[in-house]
Amino acid sequence: MIVGLLWLLGCQLAGTVIVELTGIPLPGPVVGMLLLFIVLVLRRRDGEDDPIIQVGDYFLSHLQLFFIPAGVGVIAYLAIIRDAAAPIVVALLGSWLLGLATVGWVLTLFLRRVPPTVGTDGAPGEEIE
Amino acid sequence: MSVILWLFVTVAAYELGRWLRARTRSPLAQPVAVAIVIVGALLAVSGTSYDDYADATTLISFLLGPATVALAIPLYHQVSRLKGMVVPVLVALTAGAVVSMVSGILLVRWLGGSDVLERTMASKAVTTPVTIELTARLGGYPELSAAFAIVIGIVAAMVAPRVLTLLGIRDPRARGVAVGAVSHGIGTARMLEESCIEGAFSGLAMGLTAVVTCLLLPLVAYLLL
Repeated sequence: MIVGLLWLLGCQLAGTVIVELTGIPLPGPVVGMLLLFIVLVLRRRDGEDDPIIQVGDYFLSHLQLFFIPAGVGVIAYLAIIRDAAAPIVVALLGSWLLGLATVGWVLTLFLRRVPPTVGTDGAPGEEIE
Repeated sequence: MSVILWLFVTVAAYELGRWLRARTRSPLAQPVAVAIVIVGALLAVSGTSYDDYADATTLISFLLGPATVALAIPLYHQVSRLKGMVVPVLVALTAGAVVSMVSGILLVRWLGGSDVLERTMASKAVTTPVTIELTARLGGYPELSAAFAIVIGIVAAMVAPRVLTLLGIRDPRARGVAVGAVSHGIGTARMLEESCIEGAFSGLAMGLTAVVTCLLLPLVAYLLL
């Protein structure tokens, strides 16, 4: 458990240091995610009992929990949102839908030439608890 | 006292949301949304300010960092599927980021929203820390843009899989990338429940979209704002 947590925190720390030193406009954890990906690829060990994977999968199964404090902040802006409800709601939903469709359709066009490759694990509907 | 009180309330509200989700089996009952409503109501009833609540729950918001790092794990499981995907994903994400930013700005403008609101809407598709940073640089309301990002993430968690099917997007890789591109971590949390492939590609798209948006936003702002 602790070893896995150390790896996650270590990658976040390294990512944050890199952001501080280089000034790239990305959050430290996102850079840390790329670093952990590199670590996992170089290590080539993926047993179910691996501490990084155990701890990481547990964190991911409760990802929504960690957004709650920031999400409650929405209520602090209800007045502004109410005053400009029409442009906010339409622009929010409209640009989301257009972006979603653009990415999905463009990628679908490309992927006709890249087969979905081997393996059946991760078929739709598989639950992570 | 208030630290442990609000930590308990937040985790309990989340658990209630999970129970509701399991009970109703409805994608509309997203635990994060249920918890925000419950906590928001309790803050209003008890007369607690949001700043006090945010201070009390820094332990929970801090864990978002290691959880974001952990998104490398589903991506690693899909590493064999990444071959030949890099260029298509980057092209799709670039197109999506431009469409999302430009349509967000123009829709606010056409519906009579203010200039500050246009600047706040521009980068709301990316993960909240990046939205805050980019919106501050652009001259919008940083915290409001974070609120937009969270609301759109929750909407995506509720409806994205169904909308993708209606749009005829069935390849799990394309579904994952599309959600991660416009709905960051909260959308990714839902896609992780859908399947390993969709979750992994959603996490990947979330990270890359942040990079692409950082690079493109100055150009979009120069042309439109």
